[in-house]
Amino acid sequence: MTNQDIIQPENLVYEKPRLLNDNPMHYCPGCSHSVVHKLIAEIVDEMGLEEKTIGISPVGCAVFAYNYIDIDWIEAAHGRAPAIACATKRLWPDHLVFTYQGDGDLACIGTAETIHALNRGDNIVIIFVNNAIYGMTGGQMAPTTLMGMKTSTCPYGRQADLHGFPLKITEIAATLEGTCYVTRQAVSKVPYIRRAKAAIRKAFEYSMQGKGSSLVEIVSTCSSGWKMTPEEANEWMEDRMFGYYHLGDLKDVEN
Amino acid sequence: MNMEEEKKQEILLMKGNEAVAHAAIRCGCDGYFGYPITPQSEILETLTVEKPWETTGMVVVQAESEVASINMVYGGGSTGKRVMTSSSSPGVALMQEGITYMAGAEVPGLIVNVQRGGPGLGTIQPSQSDYFQSTRGGGNGDYNVIVLAPASVQEMADFVDLSFELAFRYRTPVIMLSDGVIGQMMEKLVLPPFKPRRTDEEVRQQCPWAITGKKGRKNNIITSLELDPHIMEDHNVHLQKKYAEIRAKEVRYEEYMTEDADILIVAFGSASRLAQKAIELCRQEGMRVGMLRPITLWPFPTEAIRKTSTRVKAILSLEINAGQMVEDIRLAVEGRCPVHHYGRMGGIVPTPEEIVEQIKSIK
Repeated sequence: MTNQDIIQPENLVYEKPRLLNDNPMHYCPGCSHSVVHKLIAEIVDEMGLEEKTIGISPVGCAVFAYNYIDIDWIEAAHGRAPAIACATKRLWPDHLVFTYQGDGDLACIGTAETIHALNRGDNIVIIFVNNAIYGMTGGQMAPTTLMGMKTSTCPYGRQADLHGFPLKITEIAATLEGTCYVTRQAVSKVPYIRRAKAAIRKAFEYSMQGKGSSLVEIVSTCSSGWKMTPEEANEWMEDRMFGYYHLGDLKDVEN
Repeated sequence: MNMEEEKKQEILLMKGNEAVAHAAIRCGCDGYFGYPITPQSEILETLTVEKPWETTGMVVVQAESEVASINMVYGGGSTGKRVMTSSSSPGVALMQEGITYMAGAEVPGLIVNVQRGGPGLGTIQPSQSDYFQSTRGGGNGDYNVIVLAPASVQEMADFVDLSFELAFRYRTPVIMLSDGVIGQMMEKLVLPPFKPRRTDEEVRQQCPWAITGKKGRKNNIITSLELDPHIMEDHNVHLQKKYAEIRAKEVRYEEYMTEDADILIVAFGSASRLAQKAIELCRQEGMRVGMLRPITLWPFPTEAIRKTSTRVKAILSLEINAGQMVEDIRLAVEGRCPVHHYGRMGGIVPTPEEIVEQIKSIK
């Protein structure tokens, strides 16, 4: 039996999602973004919404999300993606409109846009990748940086009197009348990835059903920013991040 | 227009701000996104009274801030829709981030600025002190936006459709630079004829670049980001070529009693209305005074002013500010005749009599 004999459709067990481009990703080894991108590409394809999906990319590491997922994209100013998504969805109500944002973009400079888009109940989905640090600019403190965690702008560790406290914006989102689904997930292990995929799919479906806005937080790693190997970063995330940012659904209007 | 045609047109009395709202609904505007600020809040208020979402399908959103408003316009314009916002000076200062993104990513849209005096929170009274902010770009980077300056309630209405036409022809933001006088005063006007909103299919056909979902084409991306400096330079060169084309084709101005004038007033917007009265008073005293009114502040009527400068004794730039447009006039005149400025600030509007005194002091 040769390799050519093996490469047959009936032997296929896995393939790259059709909507994932061939562009090499710029993400660091161990970064969670690539997994989240893959899930979105799979779900858009599975829902048959390739021609009706509009993504809004942020400023931050995922600014180039438009290079990787083969759909229409608008690249936003820092933090403004939810405002752009609001207008886009209202003007094209039969389209799937989602934003893809990091913690600095969503929970710091874009807090107002995030809260108000969610509170208006705009039928959009916000994918929120929380790695507790500013990755793109080189590892500065984020609103979600944990207490005691060291970054390039809190080199002795985050402390309350200097820096305040890590912001649980997802918990805030769950209190807003406009949200229909608010959940916190991870993608560091296969069971987590499966749950994250189901969560994103549910959020996309709810938005197409006009149920309101959804926020899907993905607790993520930043091995470069955290100065760890990918393996260490995954362990640290599960030890420290999961203890503060608890995984699971915070709100689901159907339950 | 003959008497018959005039009879058919309904003549209404309304504020400039109200005229903008009615004109937007009638000219196929797809969306308005705005935040309250004096002296322009009647635009959003009129739209919410009229409820165009029940008639034309136009979307109206009261946003959480001017920052959000302009980014909603960036988003809506990115999808090929005719969308707009309005604000007054401090709010438009907040919008500069979104406007430079729109310029960079070549996103059409309309921003109406009903100016008030500054700096800072300033006053709610009228001013023209955002001339620099509007004509110099306002945000970061090498860019210009088309700036239209209405001088009447009628023009507040007429320039809405014109702004959208220009915005989409050149894929650029357009600023309608009004002020508290034109926005708040009531005048007679005829509203523009009703034009339906474009269908989604028309948007797809007319704006092949727009973010409409990749139906039957490769995916579109709207972005102002490019990390390769060579590609970014090429993009800047492309933008500058576009601006040169706009300068060549889209200059608009109006002349008033310039044929025999030896003093030329250059004034835009509400200042041009004051100038008109001052010219009448001057003419009664035998002084030959005329006016050139720039309608586009960018592109500026540089050539027209240069030509006129060879046959007048002096030019007076009449502005309700400390002297901003006067710089563009001096650049156009290049020393061919003296160029003076007269203006009031802080929300004070000069009287025609004051202007006459200024003209006499020049003579």
